Amino acid sequence: MTEKTAESNRLKTITLKVNHKEYTVDVEPRMLLSDVLRDILRLTGTHVGCEHGVCGACTITMDGRPVRSCLVFGVQADQADIVTVEGLESEDGELHPLQKGFWEKHGLQCGFCTPGMLMTACHLLEHNPDPSREEIREAISGNLCRCTGYQGIVDAVEYAAKEMRERAE
Amino acid sequence: MSIGASLKRLEDYNLLTGRGQYVGDLQFSDQCEAVIIRSPHAHAIIRSIDVEEARGFDGVLLILTASDLPDDLRPIPMRLSPDPILEKALQYPLAKDRVRYVGDPVAVIVAKNRYMAEDAADLIKIEYEVLPPVTDAVQSLEPEAPILHPDAGTNEMYLIHGKKGDAAERLKTCEHVLEEELYVQRHSGIPMETRGLLALCDEDERLTVYGAAKVVHFNHQLMARLLNKNIDEIRLVETDCGGGFGPRGEFYPEDYLIPFAAMRLKRPVKWIEDRLEHFKATNHSREQKHRVTVGFDGDGRIYALRDEVFFDQGGYIRTHGTTVPSLTQAMLPGPYDFSDIEIVTHLVLTNKTPVGTYRGPGRFEGTFVRERVIDMVAAHLKLDPTVVRERNYIRPEQMPYSNGLSALGQVIEYDSGDYAETLDRARKFMGWDEFAGKQSRARQEGRFIGLGFASFVEKSGFGPWEFAEVEMRPDGRVICKTGLTEVGQGITTTLAQICSDQLGIPYGDVSVVHGDTALVEKGNGSFATRGAVVGGSAAWHAAGLLKEKLLNIAAGQLEVPADMLALKNGGVVYAETGQAAMPLEELLPVCSDLGISLCEKYTFHIEHMTYPYGCHAAEVELDPDTGALQILNYYIAYDLGKAINPMLVEGQLIGGMAQGLGGAIYENLKYDEIGQLVSGSFMDYLIPTSMEVPEVTTEILENYPSPLNPLGVKGAGEGGTVAVAPAIANAIVNALQEYAIPITSLPLRPERIREALKQMKPER
Repeated sequence: MTEKTAESNRLKTITLKVNHKEYTVDVEPRMLLSDVLRDILRLTGTHVGCEHGVCGACTITMDGRPVRSCLVFGVQADQADIVTVEGLESEDGELHPLQKGFWEKHGLQCGFCTPGMLMTACHLLEHNPDPSREEIREAISGNLCRCTGYQGIVDAVEYAAKEMRERAE
Repeated sequence: MSIGASLKRLEDYNLLTGRGQYVGDLQFSDQCEAVIIRSPHAHAIIRSIDVEEARGFDGVLLILTASDLPDDLRPIPMRLSPDPILEKALQYPLAKDRVRYVGDPVAVIVAKNRYMAEDAADLIKIEYEVLPPVTDAVQSLEPEAPILHPDAGTNEMYLIHGKKGDAAERLKTCEHVLEEELYVQRHSGIPMETRGLLALCDEDERLTVYGAAKVVHFNHQLMARLLNKNIDEIRLVETDCGGGFGPRGEFYPEDYLIPFAAMRLKRPVKWIEDRLEHFKATNHSREQKHRVTVGFDGDGRIYALRDEVFFDQGGYIRTHGTTVPSLTQAMLPGPYDFSDIEIVTHLVLTNKTPVGTYRGPGRFEGTFVRERVIDMVAAHLKLDPTVVRERNYIRPEQMPYSNGLSALGQVIEYDSGDYAETLDRARKFMGWDEFAGKQSRARQEGRFIGLGFASFVEKSGFGPWEFAEVEMRPDGRVICKTGLTEVGQGITTTLAQICSDQLGIPYGDVSVVHGDTALVEKGNGSFATRGAVVGGSAAWHAAGLLKEKLLNIAAGQLEVPADMLALKNGGVVYAETGQAAMPLEELLPVCSDLGISLCEKYTFHIEHMTYPYGCHAAEVELDPDTGALQILNYYIAYDLGKAINPMLVEGQLIGGMAQGLGGAIYENLKYDEIGQLVSGSFMDYLIPTSMEVPEVTTEILENYPSPLNPLGVKGAGEGGTVAVAPAIANAIVNALQEYAIPITSLPLRPERIREALKQMKPER
């Protein structure tokens, strides 16, 4: 047993880019990416709600795709480009249109699922700037929310899509 | 005016930017982590626990079993509706010699981090002698059933008997009598954030515990009592909280164990419940069987209601005592005027996770039973179910109205309301008058659609009191301290709006402080939809006292009577004209020079609860081949007296509806016959996603302000949840009228509808 522990304790050095900043850290191979982000990098905006990949609270984008950080080992994120909720604001502190939308349209109550929702919705709007309500519902269907009944979230994403389209024009 | 406006929430900026501070986000140096070892058996005697190998494991700092806890440790007491009869079945923080449900805490292991603690947990050897379990409340009452708590001598811990008139006699004279058995399944709040605690103990044995929620001040006192410490040696601090819904924030075994471990180790100890653990450890709710008898005449007027309820408590009595079964019983008659009622509720132990409250406790269950029964009466008489409702409603002129039953130490006395109006609005919105035609046209196209209604009365404003302290700082900013807590419902914004209204300042200038026992002197917390009603009224009065003080000082300065002045737009104005008289920047230095404290406290007492009400309506379509259900249209009319922030009220109603929908169709904490929880992960416990929750139309009414508080509010927390199941069930029955499908139990799973459709031939 002690042998096994020594093995699992063997640290690996990984380098990853998070919110445009590069980090090099030593991690146990079994450490989840969500724990690397939260406990080592102290980016606690990414939340852990189930650790079995169903709730979506820990969603981040990794190399441009939404990913559940509780289903990825830290070592698998070596050389990856990651964006978390902390990376959504612009550098001058202006909120992302989605963050504004969630605020305007009451798209959150307890706020625990919100970071994962924002990251999922962000990916949707990058690929579909004018989604229907049904498309929004489908896109966020992998993220559980226990407070809002989703309607405010759908309103928020619609709001953000409109704002982003107007900005692009 | 700030009250009544849909203002954006003050809570949101931090939560949207990742700056929220949930308990799991906190990190202190030298922090270590605890894992709770739980029973894998539903019912067993603990023969031995061998922790030696685990103790020597790398990184392990502490292992606790029941024998490591003080000999004189008391079990966790009841918070609400305590009763000495129930004390023999209370839960100790760690199981001593016997376990009574899968998940019963047996040991605690603390290591440098959770990975190490979990590794070491595998090395603890516990020998169990497995006993026969009982997993059904009715079977648990049979003579041969195993007794869970030998000291109690019975699994029937309590019997609640409520009576008005003589239902048995009345039934004998009724033209029609219906008897039905109905069942509501086990499910629960399942917040997105699991529970967690972080306890620190300094060199002087002073404890600080983060992660408290809901009833912080109560738990503060209880923690001190159980840990044998002075109240001023412990500080409880609320962090951001990922959803409450009833289960979170009650005093659980971990609320003793984690601080205890921190005291032993003199290091910060953190415990974050994992999701699989949450399903087994945190309060379940709702499971009830009802045997109902109603007596009525040919017009659908119901005279007698008799019900025998079997309430499944699980393995122990937890903090709610008899709260949920009492509320079920007392609120069962809902908005109707029944002359003779008799309800008997058996509170029964089983080898399952103990239960507590979940949003709309007792009302979700009772509303399902009652509103199904109303539709059954209508079907029996071939009457319009909405007409049967109308014929039985308590009328506005009968208010205040008591149904003769009591709960939480109070006789139920509805304060005001017009129940028929909300049904009328629902009928109109859903097009009930034209629906039969629409339905038959759909049927010709091979589509099965149905429309169902469910009326409800909620309760809110549970007392006995709540506290607020409002202070204006020299810079004009206001601090409002409240005994309420924030579980995501937005009390920060709500109270800021109330203070803003009284003091004539922007609501963003109000900082609301809550849930810290070092900062807020007392409080009862947030539960039972009491926040805006009791806590809001306390803040209203405290801010009102401050307003009076400010106006009196200004009156002295301006040499006019105080009643000619008002507070508005950040200053003192002349009440009649609104013309500025003295800005706060001038008034506040005067107060400071005069040495006047601008801090007022108020404790608002309330003797009776208040009763919001409404009507849910659902239009559904069923797929006859698969039994799948689609909700085409959903409507809620809700009269809550006064909405402080209509946007937040709508958020509560729609969010509440989604939880009710989960309970109606998807969620089920299901046990097998040996007492294993077989739906203990999100793979098997289905929470509605954005694809299942429909667009919901809400209509917020303010027709009957509560006469019991200065704001006229009746609370918004639970009305979205309680009537979903019967509205949908009634819609399903309506869609399949000719099939006579017995929809009497939850959840309304598609496979049941499909099976029923296969077996039942159309009646005609």
